[in-house]
Amino acid sequence: MEWLKTLISRPSKGVSGKTGYWRTFKPIYDRDKCVLCYECYVYCPENCVEIVEKVVKIDYDFCKGCGICSEVCPANAIEMVKED
Amino acid sequence: MKTILTGNHAVAYAVKLSRVKVVSAYPITPQTTIVEKIAEMIAKGEMDAEFVNVESEHSALSVVYGSALAGLRSFTATSSHGLLYMYEMCWWVSNSRLPLVMAVVTRTIGPPWNIHTDHTDLMTLRDSGWIIAMAENAQEALDLTIQSFKISESLNLPFAVGLDAFVVSHTAEVVDVPDQETVDEFLPERKQAYRVDPNDVFAVGNIADNLETMRMRREMALDMEKAKGVIDEVGREFGEIFGRRYGLVEEYMVDDAEYIVVMTGAWSGDAKEAVDILRKRGIQIGLLKLRYIRPFPREVIERFDDRKILVVDRSFSMGHRGTLGIEVGNVVDCKNVVAGLCGVDVGFEDFKEMFERFVRGELGEVEWWI
Repeated sequence: MEWLKTLISRPSKGVSGKTGYWRTFKPIYDRDKCVLCYECYVYCPENCVEIVEKVVKIDYDFCKGCGICSEVCPANAIEMVKED
Repeated sequence: MKTILTGNHAVAYAVKLSRVKVVSAYPITPQTTIVEKIAEMIAKGEMDAEFVNVESEHSALSVVYGSALAGLRSFTATSSHGLLYMYEMCWWVSNSRLPLVMAVVTRTIGPPWNIHTDHTDLMTLRDSGWIIAMAENAQEALDLTIQSFKISESLNLPFAVGLDAFVVSHTAEVVDVPDQETVDEFLPERKQAYRVDPNDVFAVGNIADNLETMRMRREMALDMEKAKGVIDEVGREFGEIFGRRYGLVEEYMVDDAEYIVVMTGAWSGDAKEAVDILRKRGIQIGLLKLRYIRPFPREVIERFDDRKILVVDRSFSMGHRGTLGIEVGNVVDCKNVVAGLCGVDVGFEDFKEMFERFVRGELGEVEWWI
Protein backbone atom coordinates (compact mmCIF):
# COMPACT_ATOMS: atom_id res chain seq x y z
CA MET A 1 0.00 0.00 0.00
CA GLU A 2 2.76 2.41 -1.02
CA TRP A 3 0.11 4.49 -2.81
CA LEU A 4 -1.29 5.77 0.47
CA LYS A 5 1.66 8.10 1.05
CA THR A 6 1.13 9.65 -2.40
CA LEU A 7 -2.63 9.96 -2.03
CA ILE A 8 -2.88 11.62 1.33
CA SER A 9 -0.85 14.47 2.70
CA ARG A 10 -0.73 15.98 6.13
CA PRO A 11 -0.59 19.72 6.56
CA SER A 12 2.79 21.06 7.51
CA LYS A 13 3.74 24.61 8.13
CA GLY A 14 5.50 26.65 5.51
CA VAL A 15 6.20 24.10 2.80
CA SER A 16 5.64 26.91 0.30
CA GLY A 17 7.21 29.64 2.45
CA LYS A 18 5.39 32.19 4.57
CA THR A 19 2.27 33.31 2.74
CA GLY A 20 1.03 35.84 5.29
CA TYR A 21 2.66 38.72 3.42
CA TRP A 22 0.09 38.32 0.62
CA ARG A 23 -2.52 39.76 3.00
CA THR A 24 -4.35 43.02 2.30
CA PHE A 25 -6.98 42.68 5.03
CA LYS A 26 -6.15 41.22 8.42
CA PRO A 27 -8.68 39.33 10.55
CA ILE A 28 -8.89 40.84 14.02
CA TYR A 29 -10.50 38.65 16.66
CA ASP A 30 -12.68 39.89 19.52
CA ARG A 31 -12.80 37.37 22.38
CA ASP A 32 -15.75 39.14 24.05
CA LYS A 33 -18.02 38.59 21.05
CA CYS A 34 -16.82 35.02 20.30
CA VAL A 35 -19.31 32.21 21.04
CA LEU A 36 -16.76 29.43 20.39
CA CYS A 37 -18.81 27.86 17.61
CA TYR A 38 -15.59 26.78 15.79
CA GLU A 39 -16.93 27.91 12.39
CA CYS A 40 -13.73 29.90 11.68
CA TYR A 41 -11.65 26.85 12.62
CA VAL A 42 -13.66 24.61 10.30
CA TYR A 43 -13.83 27.00 7.35
CA CYS A 44 -10.29 28.43 7.28
CA PRO A 45 -8.95 27.05 3.97
CA GLU A 46 -5.37 27.55 5.11
CA ASN A 47 -5.73 25.71 8.41
CA CYS A 48 -4.29 28.70 10.25
CA VAL A 49 -7.02 29.08 12.85
CA GLU A 50 -6.41 27.23 16.10
CA ILE A 51 -8.51 27.36 19.25
CA VAL A 52 -6.32 27.26 22.33
CA GLU A 53 -7.91 27.34 25.78
CA LYS A 54 -11.18 28.72 24.38
CA VAL A 55 -9.43 31.53 22.50
CA VAL A 56 -9.12 31.77 18.69
CA LYS A 57 -5.50 32.06 17.56
CA ILE A 58 -4.81 33.13 13.98
CA ASP A 59 -1.40 32.35 12.55
CA TYR A 60 -0.58 35.58 10.72
CA ASP A 61 2.56 34.05 9.21
CA PHE A 62 0.29 32.05 6.92
CA CYS A 63 -3.12 33.80 6.94
CA LYS A 64 -3.60 35.29 3.44
CA GLY A 65 -6.48 37.47 4.62
CA CYS A 66 -9.20 35.81 2.55
CA GLY A 67 -11.82 36.81 5.10
CA ILE A 68 -13.74 33.55 5.16
CA CYS A 69 -13.45 33.30 8.97
CA SER A 70 -14.97 36.74 9.28
CA GLU A 71 -17.70 35.90 6.78
CA VAL A 72 -18.80 32.69 8.51
CA CYS A 73 -18.59 34.05 12.08
CA PRO A 74 -22.19 34.26 13.36
CA ALA A 75 -21.17 36.56 16.24
CA ASN A 76 -19.23 39.13 14.16
CA ALA A 77 -16.24 38.41 16.35
CA ILE A 78 -13.74 38.65 13.48
CA GLU A 79 -13.32 41.98 11.71
CA MET A 80 -11.28 42.44 8.55
CA VAL A 81 -9.01 45.47 8.94
CA LYS A 82 -6.82 46.87 6.18
CA GLU A 83 -3.13 46.22 6.72
CA ASP A 84 -0.90 49.22 7.29
CA MET B 1 -36.18 -17.71 2.13
CA LYS B 2 -37.47 -18.06 -1.42
CA THR B 3 -39.63 -15.18 -2.57
CA ILE B 4 -40.58 -13.27 -5.72
CA LEU B 5 -38.46 -10.20 -6.41
CA THR B 6 -37.53 -7.97 -9.31
CA GLY B 7 -33.81 -7.58 -9.98
CA ASN B 8 -33.92 -4.07 -8.55
CA HIS B 9 -35.61 -5.17 -5.34
CA ALA B 10 -33.13 -8.04 -5.07
CA VAL B 11 -30.32 -5.46 -5.12
CA ALA B 12 -32.15 -3.36 -2.50
CA TYR B 13 -32.46 -6.36 -0.16
CA ALA B 14 -28.80 -7.21 -0.72
CA VAL B 15 -27.87 -3.67 0.28
CA LYS B 16 -29.93 -4.00 3.47
CA LEU B 17 -28.44 -7.42 4.27
CA SER B 18 -24.94 -5.97 3.72
CA ARG B 19 -25.67 -3.47 6.50
CA VAL B 20 -24.99 -0.43 4.32
CA LYS B 21 -24.97 2.76 6.38
CA VAL B 22 -25.22 5.51 3.76
CA VAL B 23 -27.17 5.57 0.51
CA SER B 24 -27.39 8.52 -1.81
CA ALA B 25 -28.91 8.53 -5.28
CA TYR B 26 -30.80 10.53 -7.83
CA PRO B 27 -33.75 8.83 -9.54
CA ILE B 28 -33.30 7.63 -13.10
CA THR B 29 -35.23 4.93 -14.92
CA PRO B 30 -34.62 1.96 -14.76
CA GLN B 31 -32.58 2.24 -11.55
CA THR B 32 -35.16 4.16 -9.50
CA THR B 33 -36.90 1.23 -7.85
CA ILE B 34 -33.64 0.14 -6.18
CA VAL B 35 -33.35 3.31 -4.15
CA GLU B 36 -37.12 3.65 -3.75
CA LYS B 37 -37.14 0.27 -2.01
CA ILE B 38 -34.14 1.23 0.12
CA ALA B 39 -35.74 4.56 1.07
CA GLU B 40 -38.90 2.68 2.05
CA MET B 41 -36.97 0.22 4.23
CA ILE B 42 -35.14 3.07 5.96
CA ALA B 43 -38.38 5.01 6.50
CA LYS B 44 -40.03 1.96 8.04
CA GLY B 45 -37.08 1.45 10.37
CA GLU B 46 -36.22 -1.91 8.81
CA MET B 47 -32.82 -0.67 7.69
CA ASP B 48 -30.45 1.36 9.87
CA ALA B 49 -28.97 3.77 7.34
CA GLU B 50 -28.91 7.37 6.23
CA PHE B 51 -30.55 8.19 2.89
CA VAL B 52 -29.30 11.44 1.40
CA ASN B 53 -31.43 13.10 -1.29
CA VAL B 54 -29.39 15.07 -3.78
CA GLU B 55 -29.90 17.23 -6.85
CA SER B 56 -27.80 15.21 -9.31
CA GLU B 57 -25.83 12.02 -9.81
CA HIS B 58 -22.58 13.95 -9.53
CA SER B 59 -23.69 14.87 -6.01
CA ALA B 60 -24.95 11.36 -5.28
CA LEU B 61 -21.54 9.84 -5.88
CA SER B 62 -19.87 12.77 -4.11
CA VAL B 63 -21.98 12.08 -1.00
CA VAL B 64 -21.04 8.41 -0.88
CA TYR B 65 -17.44 9.34 -1.69
CA GLY B 66 -17.52 11.32 1.58
CA SER B 67 -19.29 8.68 3.61
CA ALA B 68 -17.01 5.92 2.33
CA LEU B 69 -14.03 8.14 3.13
CA ALA B 70 -15.42 8.51 6.65
CA GLY B 71 -15.46 4.73 7.03
CA LEU B 72 -19.11 3.86 6.42
CA ARG B 73 -20.33 1.15 4.08
CA SER B 74 -21.93 3.12 1.24
CA PHE B 75 -24.03 2.47 -1.85
CA THR B 76 -25.46 4.32 -4.81
CA ALA B 77 -27.22 3.29 -8.01
CA THR B 78 -27.65 4.82 -11.44
CA SER B 79 -28.12 4.22 -15.17
CA SER B 80 -26.99 5.65 -18.49
CA HIS B 81 -27.08 9.46 -18.41
CA GLY B 82 -26.89 9.38 -14.63
CA LEU B 83 -23.64 7.42 -14.82
CA LEU B 84 -22.27 9.85 -17.38
CA TYR B 85 -23.26 12.81 -15.21
CA MET B 86 -21.29 11.36 -12.26
CA TYR B 87 -18.39 10.27 -14.47
CA GLU B 88 -15.86 12.66 -12.97
CA MET B 89 -16.63 11.38 -9.49
CA CYS B 90 -16.29 7.78 -10.68
CA TRP B 91 -12.61 8.47 -11.21
CA TRP B 92 -12.26 10.35 -7.94
CA VAL B 93 -13.62 7.33 -6.13
CA SER B 94 -11.36 4.79 -7.85
CA ASN B 95 -8.22 6.92 -7.86
CA SER B 96 -8.82 7.61 -4.15
CA ARG B 97 -8.92 3.82 -3.72
CA LEU B 98 -12.26 3.97 -1.90
CA PRO B 99 -14.27 0.82 -1.46
CA LEU B 100 -17.95 1.39 -2.24
CA VAL B 101 -20.63 -0.22 -4.37
CA MET B 102 -22.79 1.15 -7.16
CA ALA B 103 -25.53 -0.70 -9.03
CA VAL B 104 -25.61 0.24 -12.71
CA VAL B 105 -28.85 -0.76 -14.37
CA THR B 106 -27.66 -0.75 -17.96
CA ARG B 107 -29.62 1.54 -20.26
CA THR B 108 -29.19 3.01 -23.71
CA ILE B 109 -27.44 6.37 -23.90
CA GLY B 110 -29.47 8.94 -25.86
CA PRO B 111 -30.34 10.65 -28.05
CA PRO B 112 -32.85 9.54 -29.12
CA TRP B 113 -34.33 9.00 -25.70
CA ASN B 114 -34.45 5.34 -24.80
CA ILE B 115 -34.77 3.60 -21.44
CA HIS B 116 -34.05 0.03 -22.57
CA THR B 117 -30.97 -2.10 -22.06
CA ASP B 118 -27.60 -1.61 -23.74
CA HIS B 119 -24.26 -2.25 -22.04
CA THR B 120 -22.40 0.72 -23.52
CA ASP B 121 -23.08 2.85 -20.42
CA LEU B 122 -21.49 0.35 -18.03
CA MET B 123 -18.52 -0.12 -20.37
CA THR B 124 -17.54 3.54 -19.95
CA LEU B 125 -16.18 2.49 -16.55
CA ARG B 126 -13.71 0.06 -18.14
CA ASP B 127 -10.56 2.16 -17.80
CA SER B 128 -11.40 3.82 -14.51
CA GLY B 129 -10.32 1.29 -11.88
CA TRP B 130 -13.78 0.06 -10.92
CA ILE B 131 -14.40 -3.66 -10.62
CA ILE B 132 -17.25 -4.36 -13.05
CA ALA B 133 -19.61 -7.30 -12.72
CA MET B 134 -22.72 -8.14 -14.70
CA ALA B 135 -25.67 -10.14 -13.36
CA GLU B 136 -27.69 -12.56 -15.47
CA ASN B 137 -30.82 -12.54 -13.32
CA ALA B 138 -32.30 -11.25 -10.06
CA GLN B 139 -30.60 -13.95 -7.98
CA GLU B 140 -27.20 -13.05 -9.38
CA ALA B 141 -27.93 -9.36 -8.82
CA LEU B 142 -28.55 -10.09 -5.13
CA ASP B 143 -25.61 -12.46 -4.75
CA LEU B 144 -23.13 -10.25 -6.59
CA THR B 145 -24.18 -7.21 -4.53
CA ILE B 146 -23.48 -9.05 -1.26
CA GLN B 147 -20.12 -10.27 -2.58
CA SER B 148 -19.27 -6.86 -3.99
CA PHE B 149 -18.82 -5.26 -0.56
CA LYS B 150 -16.40 -7.96 0.54
CA ILE B 151 -14.40 -7.82 -2.70
CA SER B 152 -14.36 -4.02 -2.86
CA GLU B 153 -13.26 -3.66 0.76
CA SER B 154 -10.51 -6.23 0.56
CA LEU B 155 -8.95 -4.52 -2.47
CA ASN B 156 -9.71 -0.84 -1.84
CA LEU B 157 -11.34 -0.63 -5.26
CA PRO B 158 -14.93 0.46 -6.00
CA PHE B 159 -17.35 -2.08 -7.43
CA ALA B 160 -20.09 -1.64 -10.07
CA VAL B 161 -22.80 -4.30 -10.18
CA GLY B 162 -24.44 -4.25 -13.62
CA LEU B 163 -27.89 -5.56 -14.40
CA ASP B 164 -29.92 -5.21 -17.59
CA ALA B 165 -32.73 -2.65 -17.75
CA PHE B 166 -36.18 -4.21 -17.38
CA VAL B 167 -35.09 -7.71 -18.43
CA VAL B 168 -33.55 -8.05 -14.96
CA SER B 169 -34.35 -4.79 -13.17
CA HIS B 170 -38.15 -4.96 -13.49
CA THR B 171 -38.77 -8.66 -14.06
CA ALA B 172 -40.00 -10.58 -11.01
CA GLU B 173 -38.44 -13.97 -10.46
CA VAL B 174 -38.00 -16.46 -7.65
CA VAL B 175 -35.06 -15.30 -5.56
CA ASP B 176 -33.50 -17.04 -2.59
CA VAL B 177 -32.95 -14.26 -0.03
CA PRO B 178 -30.47 -15.31 2.66
CA ASP B 179 -31.07 -14.50 6.31
CA GLN B 180 -29.20 -11.74 8.11
CA GLU B 181 -27.17 -14.04 10.36
CA THR B 182 -25.71 -15.96 7.43
CA VAL B 183 -24.85 -12.76 5.55
CA ASP B 184 -23.19 -11.41 8.72
CA GLU B 185 -21.15 -14.58 8.90
CA PHE B 186 -20.03 -14.11 5.27
CA LEU B 187 -19.54 -10.35 5.26
CA PRO B 188 -17.26 -8.94 7.97
CA GLU B 189 -17.20 -5.39 9.29
CA ARG B 190 -16.07 -2.81 6.75
CA LYS B 191 -12.34 -2.38 6.34
CA GLN B 192 -10.43 0.13 4.22
CA ALA B 193 -6.91 1.45 3.80
CA TYR B 194 -7.57 4.84 5.36
CA ARG B 195 -10.42 6.97 6.62
CA VAL B 196 -10.89 10.60 7.53
CA ASP B 197 -10.75 11.39 11.20
CA PRO B 198 -11.48 14.89 12.55
CA ASN B 199 -8.71 14.38 15.10
CA ASP B 200 -6.10 13.42 12.52
CA VAL B 201 -6.28 15.97 9.74
CA PHE B 202 -5.01 15.17 6.25
CA ALA B 203 -5.76 16.08 2.65
CA VAL B 204 -6.76 13.56 -0.03
CA GLY B 205 -5.59 14.01 -3.59
CA ASN B 206 -3.32 16.99 -3.14
CA ILE B 207 -0.80 17.79 -5.86
CA ALA B 208 1.72 14.95 -5.93
CA ASP B 209 4.93 14.07 -7.72
CA ASN B 210 4.36 12.77 -11.27
CA LEU B 211 6.45 9.66 -10.86
CA GLU B 212 4.87 8.83 -7.50
CA THR B 213 1.44 9.24 -9.07
CA MET B 214 2.36 6.88 -11.89
CA ARG B 215 3.63 4.39 -9.30
CA MET B 216 0.24 4.68 -7.62
CA ARG B 217 -1.47 3.75 -10.89
CA ARG B 218 0.81 0.75 -11.27
CA GLU B 219 -0.16 -0.44 -7.78
CA MET B 220 -3.79 -0.05 -8.77
CA ALA B 221 -3.20 -2.12 -11.90
CA LEU B 222 -1.51 -4.82 -9.81
CA ASP B 223 -4.39 -4.81 -7.31
CA MET B 224 -6.80 -5.24 -10.23
CA GLU B 225 -4.81 -8.31 -11.25
CA LYS B 226 -4.96 -9.50 -7.63
CA ALA B 227 -8.71 -8.96 -7.77
CA LYS B 228 -9.07 -11.98 -10.04
CA GLY B 229 -7.96 -14.30 -7.25
CA VAL B 230 -10.02 -12.45 -4.64
CA ILE B 231 -13.15 -12.66 -6.80
CA ASP B 232 -12.76 -16.41 -7.30
CA GLU B 233 -11.97 -16.95 -3.61
CA VAL B 234 -14.93 -14.86 -2.38
CA GLY B 235 -17.18 -16.53 -4.98
CA ARG B 236 -16.08 -19.97 -3.77
CA GLU B 237 -16.68 -19.02 -0.13
CA PHE B 238 -20.09 -17.62 -1.07
CA GLY B 239 -20.87 -20.95 -2.72
CA GLU B 240 -19.93 -22.88 0.41
CA ILE B 241 -22.21 -20.78 2.60
CA PHE B 242 -25.13 -20.07 0.26
CA GLY B 243 -24.93 -22.97 -2.21
CA ARG B 244 -24.38 -20.81 -5.30
CA ARG B 245 -20.78 -20.62 -6.44
CA TYR B 246 -19.43 -17.54 -8.22
CA GLY B 247 -16.26 -16.49 -9.97
CA LEU B 248 -14.95 -14.44 -12.87
CA VAL B 249 -16.92 -16.46 -15.43
CA GLU B 250 -19.60 -19.08 -15.74
CA GLU B 251 -18.67 -21.98 -18.01
CA TYR B 252 -21.66 -23.57 -19.73
CA MET B 253 -20.82 -26.77 -21.65
CA VAL B 254 -17.42 -25.45 -22.70
CA ASP B 255 -15.18 -28.38 -21.75
CA ASP B 256 -15.70 -30.40 -24.94
CA ALA B 257 -16.94 -27.48 -27.04
CA GLU B 258 -15.54 -26.90 -30.48
CA TYR B 259 -17.42 -23.61 -30.66
CA ILE B 260 -17.63 -21.16 -27.73
CA VAL B 261 -19.86 -18.11 -27.48
CA VAL B 262 -18.67 -15.35 -25.12
CA MET B 263 -21.17 -12.85 -23.74
CA THR B 264 -22.36 -11.13 -20.57
CA GLY B 265 -25.62 -10.16 -18.90
CA ALA B 266 -29.26 -11.23 -18.90
CA TRP B 267 -29.44 -12.59 -22.41
CA SER B 268 -26.87 -15.28 -21.58
CA GLY B 269 -29.92 -17.20 -20.32
CA ASP B 270 -31.54 -17.11 -23.77
CA ALA B 271 -28.23 -18.03 -25.37
CA LYS B 272 -27.94 -21.10 -23.11
CA GLU B 273 -31.30 -22.27 -24.47
CA ALA B 274 -29.95 -21.96 -28.00
CA VAL B 275 -26.81 -23.86 -26.93
CA ASP B 276 -29.07 -26.65 -25.58
CA ILE B 277 -30.94 -26.85 -28.90
CA LEU B 278 -27.74 -27.05 -30.96
CA ARG B 279 -26.26 -29.59 -28.53
CA LYS B 280 -29.28 -31.84 -29.07
CA ARG B 281 -28.36 -31.81 -32.75
CA GLY B 282 -24.86 -32.92 -31.86
CA ILE B 283 -23.14 -29.57 -32.37
CA GLN B 284 -20.38 -29.16 -29.80
CA ILE B 285 -21.06 -25.61 -28.69
CA GLY B 286 -20.75 -23.98 -25.28
CA LEU B 287 -21.11 -20.59 -23.64
CA LEU B 288 -18.60 -18.64 -21.61
CA LYS B 289 -20.46 -16.02 -19.61
CA LEU B 290 -18.30 -13.17 -18.39
CA ARG B 291 -19.51 -12.30 -14.91
CA TYR B 292 -16.73 -9.75 -14.67
CA ILE B 293 -15.58 -7.25 -17.28
CA ARG B 294 -12.96 -5.76 -14.94
CA PRO B 295 -10.74 -7.32 -14.01
CA PHE B 296 -10.90 -8.98 -17.41
CA PRO B 297 -10.79 -12.81 -17.22
CA ARG B 298 -7.93 -12.97 -19.70
CA GLU B 299 -6.38 -16.18 -18.36
CA VAL B 300 -9.70 -18.02 -18.58
CA ILE B 301 -10.18 -16.99 -22.21
CA GLU B 302 -6.58 -17.96 -23.08
CA ARG B 303 -7.45 -21.53 -22.10
CA PHE B 304 -9.82 -21.67 -25.07
CA ASP B 305 -7.47 -20.40 -27.75
CA ASP B 306 -7.78 -23.68 -29.69
CA ARG B 307 -11.58 -23.27 -30.11
CA LYS B 308 -13.69 -21.23 -32.53
CA ILE B 309 -14.95 -18.21 -30.61
CA LEU B 310 -17.88 -15.89 -31.17
CA VAL B 311 -18.34 -12.78 -29.05
CA VAL B 312 -21.87 -11.40 -28.85
CA ASP B 313 -21.84 -7.76 -27.82
CA ARG B 314 -24.50 -5.49 -26.40
CA SER B 315 -22.13 -2.53 -26.50
CA PHE B 316 -20.18 -0.91 -29.27
CA SER B 317 -17.04 1.19 -29.46
CA MET B 318 -17.59 3.65 -32.30
CA GLY B 319 -14.79 3.44 -34.84
CA HIS B 320 -13.83 -0.09 -33.88
CA ARG B 321 -15.95 -3.10 -32.87
CA GLY B 322 -18.21 -4.38 -30.18
CA THR B 323 -16.58 -3.60 -26.84
CA LEU B 324 -16.23 -7.21 -25.73
CA GLY B 325 -15.20 -8.11 -29.29
CA ILE B 326 -12.19 -5.84 -28.81
CA GLU B 327 -11.49 -7.21 -25.34
CA VAL B 328 -11.74 -10.90 -26.21
CA GLY B 329 -10.12 -10.33 -29.61
CA ASN B 330 -7.10 -9.00 -27.75
CA VAL B 331 -6.66 -12.47 -26.22
CA VAL B 332 -7.87 -14.94 -28.89
CA ASP B 333 -9.13 -14.84 -32.47
CA CYS B 334 -12.89 -14.32 -32.54
CA LYS B 335 -15.87 -13.32 -34.62
CA ASN B 336 -17.98 -10.48 -33.27
CA VAL B 337 -21.75 -10.02 -33.48
CA VAL B 338 -23.18 -6.71 -32.34
CA ALA B 339 -26.78 -7.20 -31.28
CA GLY B 340 -29.44 -5.92 -28.95
CA LEU B 341 -28.16 -2.36 -28.85
CA CYS B 342 -30.70 0.28 -27.82
CA GLY B 343 -32.91 -2.34 -26.19
CA VAL B 344 -33.54 -4.34 -29.36
CA ASP B 345 -34.95 -7.65 -28.18
CA VAL B 346 -32.84 -10.71 -28.92
CA GLY B 347 -34.36 -14.05 -27.99
CA PHE B 348 -33.25 -17.68 -28.08
CA GLU B 349 -34.46 -18.05 -31.67
CA ASP B 350 -32.14 -15.25 -32.75
CA PHE B 351 -29.30 -16.93 -30.90
CA LYS B 352 -30.15 -20.26 -32.50
CA GLU B 353 -29.91 -18.72 -35.96
CA MET B 354 -26.82 -16.70 -35.01
CA PHE B 355 -24.99 -19.74 -33.62
CA GLU B 356 -25.97 -21.88 -36.62
CA ARG B 357 -24.50 -19.29 -38.95
CA PHE B 358 -21.39 -19.11 -36.77
CA VAL B 359 -20.95 -22.90 -36.87
CA ARG B 360 -21.46 -22.89 -40.65
CA GLY B 361 -18.73 -20.26 -40.92
CA GLU B 362 -21.06 -17.68 -42.41
CA LEU B 363 -20.30 -14.84 -40.00
CA GLY B 364 -17.96 -12.04 -40.98
CA GLU B 365 -15.48 -10.41 -38.61
CA VAL B 366 -18.06 -7.95 -37.28
CA GLU B 367 -21.76 -8.47 -37.96
CA TRP B 368 -24.59 -6.20 -36.93
CA TRP B 369 -27.60 -8.30 -35.96
CA ILE B 370 -30.35 -6.14 -37.39
